[in-house]
Amino acid sequence: MVISKGIPTYEEKLIEELGYDDHFHDHHDGDKFSANFINTYIFSMDHKIIAKQFLITGMFWAIIGALMSLVFRLQLGFPEADMAWLKPILGKWITVNAEGLGALSNQFYYALVTMHGTIIVFFVLTAGLSGTFSNLLIPLQIGARDMASPLLNMLSYWFFFLAGTLMFYSLFLSTGPFSGGWTAYPPLSVLPQASDGSGAGMTFWTISLVFFVVSVLLGGVNYITTVLNLRTKGMTMWRMPLTIWAFFITAIIGLLSFPVLVSGFFLLMFDRTMNTSFFLNEIFVGGEALQQVGGSPILYQHLFWFLGHPEVYIIILPAMGIVSEVLSVHAKKPIFGYKAMVFSMLAIAFLSFIVWAHHMFMSGVNPFISNFFVIFTLIIAVPSAVKVFNWISTLYKGSIRFNSAMLFAIGFVSMFISGGLTGIFLGNSAIDIQLHDTYFVVAHFHIVMGVAAFFGMFSGVYHWFPKMYGRFMNETLGKIHFWGTMIGAYAVFWPMHYIGMAGVPRRYYRFDTFDSFSQFGELNKFITVAAIIVFFLQVVFVVNFFYSIWRGRKQTVANPYDASTIEWTTPINAGHGNWPGKLPTVQRWPYDYGKDGREFYPQVEPVGEEESEVH
Amino acid sequence: MNSLLGFVLISVLILIVIVQIARVTELAGIRRGDKETQKLTNKRNANYMMWFLAGFMIFCVVSALHYKNYFLGYGPHASASSHGKLIDSLFNTTLFFTGIVFVATHVALFYFSWKYKEEEGVKAEYIAHDTRLEIIWTAIPAVVMAILVVFGLSAWNEIMADTEDEFIEIEATGYQFAWHLRYPGSDNLLGTRNYKMIDGSNPIGQDWEDIKNHDDLHPGEIVLPVGEKVRVRITARDVLHNFYLPHFRVKMDAVPGMPTYFVFTPEVTTEQYRENLKEYEEYQVPADLEDPEGPQKWEVFNYELACAELCGKGHFSMKRIVKIVERDVYDEWLKEQQPYYMTSIRNTDADPFKGQKLASDSPEEEVPAEEVSEDADIVAMNAESAE
Repeated sequence: MVISKGIPTYEEKLIEELGYDDHFHDHHDGDKFSANFINTYIFSMDHKIIAKQFLITGMFWAIIGALMSLVFRLQLGFPEADMAWLKPILGKWITVNAEGLGALSNQFYYALVTMHGTIIVFFVLTAGLSGTFSNLLIPLQIGARDMASPLLNMLSYWFFFLAGTLMFYSLFLSTGPFSGGWTAYPPLSVLPQASDGSGAGMTFWTISLVFFVVSVLLGGVNYITTVLNLRTKGMTMWRMPLTIWAFFITAIIGLLSFPVLVSGFFLLMFDRTMNTSFFLNEIFVGGEALQQVGGSPILYQHLFWFLGHPEVYIIILPAMGIVSEVLSVHAKKPIFGYKAMVFSMLAIAFLSFIVWAHHMFMSGVNPFISNFFVIFTLIIAVPSAVKVFNWISTLYKGSIRFNSAMLFAIGFVSMFISGGLTGIFLGNSAIDIQLHDTYFVVAHFHIVMGVAAFFGMFSGVYHWFPKMYGRFMNETLGKIHFWGTMIGAYAVFWPMHYIGMAGVPRRYYRFDTFDSFSQFGELNKFITVAAIIVFFLQVVFVVNFFYSIWRGRKQTVANPYDASTIEWTTPINAGHGNWPGKLPTVQRWPYDYGKDGREFYPQVEPVGEEESEVH
Repeated sequence: MNSLLGFVLISVLILIVIVQIARVTELAGIRRGDKETQKLTNKRNANYMMWFLAGFMIFCVVSALHYKNYFLGYGPHASASSHGKLIDSLFNTTLFFTGIVFVATHVALFYFSWKYKEEEGVKAEYIAHDTRLEIIWTAIPAVVMAILVVFGLSAWNEIMADTEDEFIEIEATGYQFAWHLRYPGSDNLLGTRNYKMIDGSNPIGQDWEDIKNHDDLHPGEIVLPVGEKVRVRITARDVLHNFYLPHFRVKMDAVPGMPTYFVFTPEVTTEQYRENLKEYEEYQVPADLEDPEGPQKWEVFNYELACAELCGKGHFSMKRIVKIVERDVYDEWLKEQQPYYMTSIRNTDADPFKGQKLASDSPEEEVPAEEVSEDADIVAMNAESAE
């Protein structure tokens, strides 16, 4: 049977000889998967297409979220500047005074900040990161034809699309989009009398996110089932690449934590529409004393952060898996401490469920319980540190091939170190007394999520672009993208540590009410200018991405990086089913790079008699 | 319309430039050959790694020195409370440990990236793990974290513990978008509140039937005596707010319906803090740039109360001045304050004791005999407060 054009590769021969015949060619799945344009590209059930749908939708939302941040950074860096030029786009949210000077409405400032957080955390870093790479890589790296349920997989994307549509619509409501912070604390988020954004905007926001959670759960169920049940012959758990471990553990965390968020949202909606008092107690607002008593806003915070904390690990774990893979392939060395990497991800996953109230140290909870949360939060630094040391050791005595993917992977490690270390300050409750709700927190989470997680995503896109499109992204543009963003991102977020230490609170529209907080005019200008430059560098990436889909340098070799993992044993631009003939049979772990003088051993090659160290 | 067209044209131009860079470099790479291109780029990027390391470390050190006056415990922003010093020293201990890790890991990361670039004839070494090393680098962070936990929790439990000592209690109520302050008055007790009683003349819903409320003050400024323990009772009227005194390292959420507390001791008077600020250049400039002959920044310094929990569109504007003064000045100030009940409620329609005599009334006030209350409870309450 014809496997690919030209001479079969070494891996293809091995698969033909030792592979597992699941009689795929006997199935008539072709009809279901690509009968027409709609089935092939829109309501596709092929995991590779769905991955691209997640990626491109994620990129769309990333641009929107980033543009929002530019608007509010303009406000913060140049509060006296004229913003009338934005009126054609932002309409009534820019008020122009008699002299023609335009100002951003403070109501809309808070809407922008809220939407920015919501969009980037959920739509970009959860759907865009997990959704893309779990879908693309799980079947390919474990040797499966597709996900366990291609139908649920397709639905998972379309629920995400639906959620996005509702959120997008909410931007145009007359009372404005939701503006109570992405954390949506009640009573502010419950009471339209307390904020216009808590009217229709909040309703749309909540419903959108409930659909989003449906998408995450459908995806997660699929990823877990596929990893547990559809690994090909010889692919034991301990022979899975770290990407798969990361996506698998991430999906488990998501399944256990997202439903709690939904429960919080349901109770919020009950308080909003049915006069219940889950989160409300003794409130006088809009000129009247509300009837609702007996509830507590702090209950919501527990429910929110029970997801909120694992959520940040849902964001970072896939990025960590990608980075482990990319560093290993391009340093041509095994990832250092594979088992420790797996155990540390498991430890982080477990611990992530018992640290949530470190977001609530100053919320009025009994200070006694904060003791436990401090202990576990600082403990979580240990497996994180182990991972950092392992990545650095992977580079030691390697033979590093610098390309955009590798650069972003190395940049990820730097960002994770910088952002992670400031977490140690914040996790210690006494220090948090001063730093809570200041720019120090903003600096911390942006560096770990807004930069490090994005770097993981970029690394993955550059690295697996040939797998998605059979072409390469342009390397020069990629390197400009990397170096510019590496320097620019530090320029944007590093100064925020100083602003935070000085005590400047976050979520402030202006700083000039307070003498104590108005000393950073120059620094804020600097941050804003740097942010604008960094945004344009991302435009370079987006242009590169789309240009390369049609005009990128063609992939001519099935395994361009000499990687050992099995996604590189499919034909270029593999169709549905991934492997045209048999499924590969896996004979070894995925990190035999540089062993016994050989560049690499593909996972499908049987272990020879004379091989040293067998893992 | 013009600027929109201009914007579109410039965007298209930038797009074309980016695409051309892609095509040109692609072609150059093809001419040079893959291997040669990769070699060149390896060398270049490896060098950039070292440049970045150097630049980054210098940037961190220089910026930290430039902004050292904002680090907790240094320079003009030293804490003004007794527990604040503890927090600042914890911060600096953490900075010490994390600083070492930050520098060491970054040096290793970028140095290895430079040193181990692909070289002709040099192969990567197959090092999959090193048990002894891994144990060491798991144990050391664990020990450091344990140290930080012990110091941190000991500080936390000390700062957050309720106090058995004498303290002055004041109450702050956050609402959209300002603070309402209440002092307990001469009985040193804050009267009870009921949110259903809030209206125009009763901003925090004080129950005027509770005579503890009758001497409560609603001062325009927050004034406190130096060196004495204060317990702030913190609440909110509508949504979450947060009582935040940056100079005193005081912060606590204000939750409607659930009072929270923070105990602290101010140690530096406003005067003294101003004297301290005088030493720093950045405070020796005129406070108002339009008035170069006017007072300098240090002279007009005041402690400020801010809100630190998003509470709506005016979140950034909830300011109150806080003044710390010597005890005698505080006593003077206190004497001058009139209880809110007396100035605004007494004998109005909102007063449940309208027309009745209260022990708190001044003796000159004549109350018509027929209006003296026969209500047993009120008579008893009057008798009680007269004791």
